[in-house]
Amino acid sequence: MSAPSKADYRRFTRDQRMVIVYGILCLVLILVVLQIWLLTAIMNAFLGGDESVIWPAAITSLVCLLLNGGLLRYLYFLDKPQPAV
Amino acid sequence: MNPRNRERDQLCLAPNGSPESEQPAWRKDFPIDWPQDHYVARRDFTKFMVLVSLGLTIGQFWIGFQNFLRKRRGKPAMMKIAQLSNVASGSTVVFHYPAAHDPCVLVRTGPETFVAYGQKCTHLSCAVVPDLKSDCIHCPCHEGCFDLKSGRPTAGPPRRPLPIVTLTIRSGAIYATGIQERTT
Repeated sequence: MSAPSKADYRRFTRDQRMVIVYGILCLVLILVVLQIWLLTAIMNAFLGGDESVIWPAAITSLVCLLLNGGLLRYLYFLDKPQPAV
Repeated sequence: MNPRNRERDQLCLAPNGSPESEQPAWRKDFPIDWPQDHYVARRDFTKFMVLVSLGLTIGQFWIGFQNFLRKRRGKPAMMKIAQLSNVASGSTVVFHYPAAHDPCVLVRTGPETFVAYGQKCTHLSCAVVPDLKSDCIHCPCHEGCFDLKSGRPTAGPPRRPLPIVTLTIRSGAIYATGIQERTT
């Protein structure tokens, strides 16, 4: 087995990264389930002519997306090779 | 970083986790790095879920946009449905209001009483049929029932009431003046 190059060095071991990915996946799934619930509730309200909840729900969904985006950014950061110490 | 950890990352482990010496010979010819495979699978699933999240957010804003368009259309114009003399007591008239693709049904429940509802079932948009004998509006697709007097669901899968068409009587004719969608 050849020696790893400098580009192979990472902040965490793969086992550690696996645990982090599981944690991120759990959070993302919770947020996605919340968004699905919001979408079905708002669709029902829209079809029933209730306009008052549409925009607050859309903003909440956007906040969930931003949180998911932040977690995704960290996921990319995890895989980014770190300079060897 | 600990060099031992670095080496552990590069080990080629079998799915059952047992050491290489206990693995069948063919596995040496196909050295798949299972821990890496699992890691990549879960990482990519997480990325896909974020994409789903984006789709759901777009869906929310699409509903907001549709709501904006609906508000911009404003209140529908008044439309004549039928002459009173042409609608016998206990009979129904199907008409389209406010647009040509919005079927509605007018029911004359008594000599002086009329009700009108959107004809699309609030479950899956099947055409509903008034049943005056049982005092309900029946959806034949999934056996849904709405109360004839209020349009509220009484049985079956529908959860929302039928849209109610507001009516007015002028000069011996009956007119639709608006449509009211409801959640309860």
